[in-house]
Amino acid sequence: MKGLTSKFKAVGALMTLALILSGCGEEFLSALRPQGQGASDILSLMILSIAVMMFVFVVVMVIYVFVILKFRQKKGQEDFIPEQVEGSHTLETLWTVVPIFLILILAVPTVQYTFSLVDTSPQVSAEGEEDQIWINVTGKQYWWHFEYDGMDVTTSQELYIPTDRRVFLSLHSEDVIHSFWVPTLQGKIDVNPTGNRNEIWIDAEKEGVYWGKCAEFCGPSHSLMDFKVVAVSPGEFEQWVKDMRNIDPEATPESEVAAAGQEVFANNCMSCHANGTSPNKIGPNVSNFGDRERIAGVLEYNKENLIEWIETKGKDMKPGNLMTSAAYDLSDEELEQVAEYLMSLSPSEITPENANDNEYIESDLSDLFVDEEKDESSQEKSEEESEEDSEEDSDSN
Amino acid sequence: MSATANKKAGFGSVLWDYLTTVDHKKIAILYLFGGFFFFILGGLEAMLVRIQLIQPDNNFVSAQFYNELMTMHGTTMIFLAAMPLLFALMNIAMPLQIGARDVAFPFVNALGFWLFLVGGIVVNISWFTGGAPDAGWTAYTPLSIFSESHGLDYYSIGLQIAGFGTLMGGINFLVTVITMRTPGMTMMRMPLFSWTTFIASVLILFAFPALTVGLFLLTFDRLFGANFFDPSMGGNVIIWEHLFWIFGHPEVYILILPAFGVFSEVISTFSKKRLFGYSSMVFATVLIAFLGFMVWAHHMFTVGLGPIANSIFAIATMAIAVPTGIKIFNWLFTMWGGTLRFNSPMLFALGFIPSFTIGGMTGVMLGAAAADFQYHDTYFVVAHFHYVIVGGTVFGIFAGLIYWWPKMFGKVLNETMNHWFFWLFFIGFHLTFFLQHFLGLMGMPRRYWVFLEGQGLDLFNLISTIGAFFMAAGTILFIYNMIWTALKAPQAPADPWDGRTLEWAIASPPPFYNFKQLPLVRGLDPLWIEKTEGNGKMQPAEPLGDVHMPNNSFIPFVMSVGLGIAGIGIIYQVDNPMWWIVAAIGFIIFFGSMAVRSLKDDLGYHIHKEDFEKEGDGSNG
Repeated sequence: MKGLTSKFKAVGALMTLALILSGCGEEFLSALRPQGQGASDILSLMILSIAVMMFVFVVVMVIYVFVILKFRQKKGQEDFIPEQVEGSHTLETLWTVVPIFLILILAVPTVQYTFSLVDTSPQVSAEGEEDQIWINVTGKQYWWHFEYDGMDVTTSQELYIPTDRRVFLSLHSEDVIHSFWVPTLQGKIDVNPTGNRNEIWIDAEKEGVYWGKCAEFCGPSHSLMDFKVVAVSPGEFEQWVKDMRNIDPEATPESEVAAAGQEVFANNCMSCHANGTSPNKIGPNVSNFGDRERIAGVLEYNKENLIEWIETKGKDMKPGNLMTSAAYDLSDEELEQVAEYLMSLSPSEITPENANDNEYIESDLSDLFVDEEKDESSQEKSEEESEEDSEEDSDSN
Repeated sequence: MSATANKKAGFGSVLWDYLTTVDHKKIAILYLFGGFFFFILGGLEAMLVRIQLIQPDNNFVSAQFYNELMTMHGTTMIFLAAMPLLFALMNIAMPLQIGARDVAFPFVNALGFWLFLVGGIVVNISWFTGGAPDAGWTAYTPLSIFSESHGLDYYSIGLQIAGFGTLMGGINFLVTVITMRTPGMTMMRMPLFSWTTFIASVLILFAFPALTVGLFLLTFDRLFGANFFDPSMGGNVIIWEHLFWIFGHPEVYILILPAFGVFSEVISTFSKKRLFGYSSMVFATVLIAFLGFMVWAHHMFTVGLGPIANSIFAIATMAIAVPTGIKIFNWLFTMWGGTLRFNSPMLFALGFIPSFTIGGMTGVMLGAAAADFQYHDTYFVVAHFHYVIVGGTVFGIFAGLIYWWPKMFGKVLNETMNHWFFWLFFIGFHLTFFLQHFLGLMGMPRRYWVFLEGQGLDLFNLISTIGAFFMAAGTILFIYNMIWTALKAPQAPADPWDGRTLEWAIASPPPFYNFKQLPLVRGLDPLWIEKTEGNGKMQPAEPLGDVHMPNNSFIPFVMSVGLGIAGIGIIYQVDNPMWWIVAAIGFIIFFGSMAVRSLKDDLGYHIHKEDFEKEGDGSNG
């Protein structure tokens, strides 16, 4: 039973290790500091596997150190011939059978989580099936687009989700393979341009802005394809959705400069960049550009960066991005105006700031789902899409 | 003929001798220099990558150039450095260990080398012709289809040519092991390195065709308008991933098994003990190879294969830990009760055990499919495979090179310098890669040109870069040692390490015919048996007689160059059809030399019994 005690010791040591690990990295980015169910489940599996593996490692190292110290050739031993042992059935059986058991210990939760992490069927409680929030995620070189299924909301780069419930994602790519990864919330899943449309859920246990990354190599600006997940309380989320679906892209901004910018935007940018709910996703949707945390996902949010981006089309700020093929040519004044306009776009009172305050507004979001049933057109749209999904799913199977 | 090379010769005749040689020992030297050249090149690429990542938001290299660097680092290290260096070891040691005078097909052996070299050069020409491959060494479609420069064309054509060479080498080794063992050398008496060469060759035989097919489809997509991988034309990009990894995973075992073989030889020799659990070592090798074909999809857990497929591949992957664990414990118990000498090959073996154990541990962790959702495509994976490939394969290559250096060059490398080299490389390796496990979990995906400020990733990246400089310093020392040894070191004895296997029964370097009379093998570790039970010399298994030897040939070199020229023509015919002429010239050279080889009898020659007798005593030395 000596092995067992040392194993318990190893587990104890690992609890300490887990504590140390939790100091590793930033709260908004590190997989070792989970903020959602998915990442927590995975971390527990990691810790179990580290525990099992550390047990093996310690056994190996103890024998290793002992052997090196004990059996090194000593002076005067040059002619000594050690016994030529062929092997030992007992020992060899031991180190075949024990690892098999260790692997079984690891295999059971592995299989369990492998299924649960991608299980996107609705959770059933006493009140019946839950209403699911489905978001269609599109990955493009080098930005992300989000369409809230049945809610008539589209946005890019920053994904707003309510806390304390699962949000379901259906992902596909319009060019090369990307991978959607929010380390603090869930493991990653590939975003494929063909075949299967992958599905996964994410959830956040508390409010916050969590960083997302593209994890599948996708070209020169792969390392700059960041996005954010803005987790706000359910009530705030409900408010956000209502604000976002009621955007009037025609509304004239208050400041004159911004109003002039709106004109410039309409003449030069609108064919690719939509404001408000729109199927247009040639370039990122700018509906709530004024509330963004970052410009183009990575740059610090300020006017200088924005103007430089629009002027250079991000040529050096995000190498290889597809905006460089846009044909516009703006004067300095126009650049100033359009930047002012974009930064004035703040249709909702819910912004990333709400994710960082301590205000928590309750809601069961039932309003959002009631609307969905009323809203015939979006209902149809979602049906179409789910048909497409199931077709593709059966293909991939 | 080869005999003339043993005399002091001018540079021209040495060059000609190496261009035309079919001797496995000289081909080993060619593989060594070819592989080492690419190892340095890949190392330089790695250094540039690490310098770029020394601090956040660094602008040392551009995004495009970074992608070319990291793609070529991976491609070069796997295909053009690790593989040929292992082939160098297999070529020098395996025929000697099984008591053969050469490999089964000496001509094909030479052809294999020249194809590898030409393929490697073709891939690297892309640096000078408008951009190297930039889609990662895995060249995932459709990114590799959309890549605009000719880089990916060089990648697919170059690797195709090098791959032919590898495939030929593998088949050659298979036939050699099966048919050319000396009397008494049964399969279960073969040294472990010969066993792992044999098994790795089986893996090459079955794994490389998948790569060939994949590259073929990629070439057609890029150069001849096919749409196998273009999603907009109904192509399926996932097929490439499957083909690549059906090749790619066994490739990992092609790289590691021969290294296991080296360690088995080294640990046994420097512990003065026979290998503990020899038959279970053989069994474990076979089992690893077998399972190695059933786990490729663990590189694809996040692709969306579904939980059932993921679970099956997860468990299959974890199962590989069992035979690998058997090996680790067998090595430990080989040392147990022995008398250990810490010569530099042994140092690398001892450095390997903890390093590879960590690599194996993270391997099992990665195998847990659910957890892989976090690890996948992050620096955790980068750390893992460097622990396996550097801590396993590269340590094995260095151990093997130092161990068999006297058999290649007749000199023992300087031990003091090798000790320094080991410690620099070992410490540098752990400094570079250990913290990368944490970088990955802290949110740093792999293949990132820059990482942003304020993400808590700065310190570990800095330490990692510092470690890389230690490894570079160690490697430079090793190169210096090679030169120093060539110039200053005394002639090595036949058996400098108190060896146990047949290669130590003949002179260092061995005569070109290896064994005057084939030796009679009486058991495992045949030389050791003769040392402890006989007179310390191998007994002959045949009377002294004529020895049949192959003629040198220039044809393998010409054939390979022809194929290289044809490849370049094919790459550029998309720009201008006139390049078809170049391709045609290349193919004419290639098939022409093949025809010459096929139609003209080349029966080799005999070394006559009388010539041996003139040389002196009949011992196998």
